[in-house]
Amino acid sequence: MKIWALVSVLLIGVLLLWAEGDIPAFGDPMAPSYNYVADRYISDAHNDTATKNMVTAILADYRGYDTLGELTVIFTAGVAVLLLLRRGGRL
Amino acid sequence: MKQDVVIRTVCRLVVPFIQLFALYVIIHGASSAGGGFQGGVIFASSFILIGIAFGITDARKRISEKFTVLFSATGLSIYAGIGILCIIFGGNFLGYSFLPLPLPGPEIRGLAAEAVEIGIGITVMAVMTSIFYDIAVDEEAA
Repeated sequence: MKIWALVSVLLIGVLLLWAEGDIPAFGDPMAPSYNYVADRYISDAHNDTATKNMVTAILADYRGYDTLGELTVIFTAGVAVLLLLRRGGRL
Repeated sequence: MKQDVVIRTVCRLVVPFIQLFALYVIIHGASSAGGGFQGGVIFASSFILIGIAFGITDARKRISEKFTVLFSATGLSIYAGIGILCIIFGGNFLGYSFLPLPLPGPEIRGLAAEAVEIGIGITVMAVMTSIFYDIAVDEEAA
């Protein structure tokens, strides 16, 4: 059983190392993540959402679904701590 | 655990300013640096300060554990509720511009983002306070 765990870990490790070669270099301006939506956010964020802070416009509007997930993660963390550590059955 | 009188007095003086600053950070998230996450954490830090200076039992009297549990669900419900309202009025989930407000579309999106930030702030504040209550140990009781 332990052997299989080791084998699977090694396999996934090799796979990740193999895939790592295709990641663009750190800070590469030609990386795909900088070249599709970023320009549109910069040019349109103010006209689309009438908010001066572009970070908030992206966080709460363009990527609102992502932020909802983040908030759910925080909520879940709070509930997990509550269930594991709350003493004396107070709720 | 009661701290020194200086600490308690300073804490009592500082806490309202911390809470006001937290509200400022949440409300001004759309026009300057800040937002729901940051403001919520600052707001929670004021309760943690009360807990450190006056003891956990005193902090629990000011904002009870029942309240933190309630609020942590309330903020998430505000966020998801705005998303579902958008569906009801014929848009996509979280498609703010479909909300029926007498404003131009971009203004509605800005306002909805602001409301969403308030929801984030409430949940973050409540969860941080709740985790502090659960982890901290009352010295008088232990």
